[in-house]
Amino acid sequence: MTLQLQVTRNAMQLDVPSDLGMVGDAVELVATHVPPGTLSPRRISFNLRTALAEALGNAIRYGTGEDPARRVTVRVELGGDFVRIHVVDDGHGFDSRSVPDPTQPDNLEREYGRGLFVIRHLVDDVAFNEKGNGISLTLRAV
Amino acid sequence: MRFTLKKDKSGVVVVGVEGQLIVGNRQELKQKVLDALEEGSRKFVIDFAKTGYIDSSGLGVLVSLSKKIREQSGELRLAGLNADLQTLFELTKLDTLFAITRTAEEALAAF
Repeated sequence: MTLQLQVTRNAMQLDVPSDLGMVGDAVELVATHVPPGTLSPRRISFNLRTALAEALGNAIRYGTGEDPARRVTVRVELGGDFVRIHVVDDGHGFDSRSVPDPTQPDNLEREYGRGLFVIRHLVDDVAFNEKGNGISLTLRAV
Repeated sequence: MRFTLKKDKSGVVVVGVEGQLIVGNRQELKQKVLDALEEGSRKFVIDFAKTGYIDSSGLGVLVSLSKKIREQSGELRLAGLNADLQTLFELTKLDTLFAITRTAEEALAAF
């Protein structure tokens, strides 16, 4: 299955099948098309890639139930000194406030539940749409 | 992205992670390590010297493997984390759960 990234001067868009095996390729496709100088290479290499992998993984696993017939949409705004990534699925959404703190001793050895925590530490701003099925990640040049 | 498994002369399995450890490939790593555990290996080093990034699913599989190895009286050590990955382990407090060394050689010497 081939991913097709649509690129304009100030934006990119990518539809990703709900298949966890596509996450790595989707992340690489977006990361390698962020214009040089928008963010530091290190922030693209680590922060952007990790945060996007988290958001896509959550949308595919929880939002669209790993149903390959469904899609997750990635839309990227490219500003002069920021990149804002919107990841939207067609699921029912979730309440981000209901996620427990994964660093509490009782949660430390749990296999799941770190995704949002990691995202919040890697990007400058996180926002959710009202339904809870879309997340926006903003990374600014530093 | 690929995983390499090598057994050193003292029987420690060294797993190299090239590229990334994320939701899309974590099961492959888990299965390789569990297979080695099933075959009798008890000491493991996962070397991240060639790893670009790890997502929370990747972290989760390390937590799971650590538990399974400990249940078999084995030991898992992590090595080769770059500065960003080290920070990731610290902010998730997983640095308190794992024995982490700077290099795979240091991890091997510590067994």
